[in-house]
Amino acid sequence: MKSLKICIVIAAVLAFAGVSLAGTLDDVRAKGFIQAGVNGGVFGFSMPNDKGLWEGLDVDTARAIAAAVFGDAGKVKFMPLTAVQRLPALQSKEIDVLCRNTTQTLTRETTNGLNFVAVNYYDGQGFLVPKKLGVNSAKQLDGATVCVLPGTTTELNAADFFRGSGLQWKPVVIENTAELNKAFFAGRCDCLTSDVSQLAAQRSVAPNPGDYIILPEVISKEPLAPVVRHGDDQWFDIVNFTVMALIEAEELGITSKNVDKMLKSELPQIKRFLGVTPGLGKALGLDDKWAYNIIKQVGNYGEIFERSVGPNTKLGLERGLNGLWTNGGLMYAAPFR
Amino acid sequence: MEAVASEKIPFWLNPKIRGIFYQAGVICCFAFLAWYLVSNTLHNLEKQSIATGFSFLNKESAFEVGESLISYSSADTYGRALIVGALNTLKVSFFGILLTLLLGTLVGLSRLSSNWLVSRLAALYTEVMQNIPVLLQLFFWYAVFYEMLPSPRGALNPVNGLFLCNRGVIFAVPEAHAAHKFMLLSLGIALAAAFFLRNWAKKRQATTGKHFPIFWVSAGIIAGLPVMVWLFFGAPMNMDMPALKGFNYKGGATLSPEFIALLLGLVLYTAAFVAEVVRAGVQSVSRGQTEAARSIGLRSGQVLNLVILPQALRVIVPPLTSQMLNLTKNSSLAVAIGFPDFVSVANTTINQTGQSIEGVALIMMVYLMFSLSTSAFMNWYNKKTKLIER
Repeated sequence: MKSLKICIVIAAVLAFAGVSLAGTLDDVRAKGFIQAGVNGGVFGFSMPNDKGLWEGLDVDTARAIAAAVFGDAGKVKFMPLTAVQRLPALQSKEIDVLCRNTTQTLTRETTNGLNFVAVNYYDGQGFLVPKKLGVNSAKQLDGATVCVLPGTTTELNAADFFRGSGLQWKPVVIENTAELNKAFFAGRCDCLTSDVSQLAAQRSVAPNPGDYIILPEVISKEPLAPVVRHGDDQWFDIVNFTVMALIEAEELGITSKNVDKMLKSELPQIKRFLGVTPGLGKALGLDDKWAYNIIKQVGNYGEIFERSVGPNTKLGLERGLNGLWTNGGLMYAAPFR
Repeated sequence: MEAVASEKIPFWLNPKIRGIFYQAGVICCFAFLAWYLVSNTLHNLEKQSIATGFSFLNKESAFEVGESLISYSSADTYGRALIVGALNTLKVSFFGILLTLLLGTLVGLSRLSSNWLVSRLAALYTEVMQNIPVLLQLFFWYAVFYEMLPSPRGALNPVNGLFLCNRGVIFAVPEAHAAHKFMLLSLGIALAAAFFLRNWAKKRQATTGKHFPIFWVSAGIIAGLPVMVWLFFGAPMNMDMPALKGFNYKGGATLSPEFIALLLGLVLYTAAFVAEVVRAGVQSVSRGQTEAARSIGLRSGQVLNLVILPQALRVIVPPLTSQMLNLTKNSSLAVAIGFPDFVSVANTTINQTGQSIEGVALIMMVYLMFSLSTSAFMNWYNKKTKLIER
């Protein structure tokens, strides 16, 4: 009889545990912080610095979401995930949002049950090779051994590229980025393939960064964007417009330094954006000061870019595709009205 | 008396009926839980619009696998990619188990040696290897490979046709020839002949007491028959020599650093445990047995074969089985050093299709299958070696 009782209790607990009616915003508010999935170590995108503080473009995107929701960019906890772990972690609600240089694809949007918000970095896949290999085009890589991370679009693009070009290759697939880098720098592979921004990051941690070059070919489109789960439109809107707010602020010329001054601006679009004219924050289910908090505490997209991956950092990446649309880039925010 | 008792006890107090009732209750609970878990999972997956089912197995995988025993390209299906992974797991487990048994037995017996140095060295080996986590050992062997060995252009070439570099061990193999098929066939025939010969010799010795030098005759047949076939075909000597071409060696056969590191790590680690099992087995046979065998005039080889081993194996086989299973299961650590075993391929599949539940179910099924068939074989062997009391 005792075992029967236990069974019934377990079943009842499971029945209630399985049903969670609250949306992600309510869950996040209830626990008091946002759990963000990030990359464990890509310099410029997400990596702890020598003081143990997370730094990078993806990390700051997650901070911006916390600033929008709580008015406090510090209310976010980072969970480093490998490429293989990241999607299941989001699907199983271990994390609320994934800000981990993840490429938007049709399969991930549909059968994986995920939604990508606005892109926070436009990338493409390239090849990193040691200079002494004497190769200056990816077309010369016939017979090469290639180091690649598993569970990425990179792995698929490389297979497509070599198959399409009729070249032979041999992948070495290691899940841990640090282990993969070690194997590549020790010469286990002839080349390393990944998104160009990541190659730049990986080169920056090489024993002798000058010994390596990134080949000119870019073999794919990699729109990297934060990801949320299917079926929670409100949370999707919040994350989506957080990214857009970063871009919009740059376009409006609002920075973390002048945002307080901008509160007194007479321009109607700035007044709406910063919540001086109320309405936009409430529509998202947030405080009207949400965008003000983001810019004040994290900065606009341009500021984040410059301090994370820009020309004055170790990565030294140009804005290029990631410039504002007004400067010939692809960064374009939907109107804030 | 009996009639009265059965009248007095109502059926709900009858222990037999109560027992059946409880068992039925437990089964119902279990079925309900199983049904609940499955239906709840399906419901949740549907709510998140995550695909379910195994139809992805027939879709194009679009990813490449580093090494494969069968032909495979990224144009093949997920199903085939998973078979490639399963075969890689089998390959490393099979060779791993063979080498572990050899090394483990050697170390275990060495530890019992009367030679102080040999027994101390064996003890040192056992203690060190047993107490370092196998994952660390894998990282170590892998790092040894890519850090210590030169690039293909400066490969070590200790003997003609053998190259050591950070792309692996590349060695010459005999060029494909029609003779090989027949040599393999003759080897099979020789093995069968040796088996029958052994049975015949045993029977003869049991009835007439005449001894037959079975070991040397069998060895002669097994080695001699394929060599005769080889000579008959004109002794083809052409070798497929590896040569540096572009980035890598073409020709010959290659053992990748990942495979060697995994094999080394697993074998050295598990052999330490097997050594202890073997030692325990041999020590479980009392000294009196050896002395008695010697006293009736058996030679030391016969003492081992006819007296010690049959008794020691009874103790050795069951824990040995679990060490074999451990090795097979530990081979899934391959993922850490990039050997494309089943878990590695399944992980990639899970990630590209997003169907983790199906993927994990496949992983569990495959390992369960490997483990159950290993233990079925070992149980059969165990039954055979069990002491048959007369």
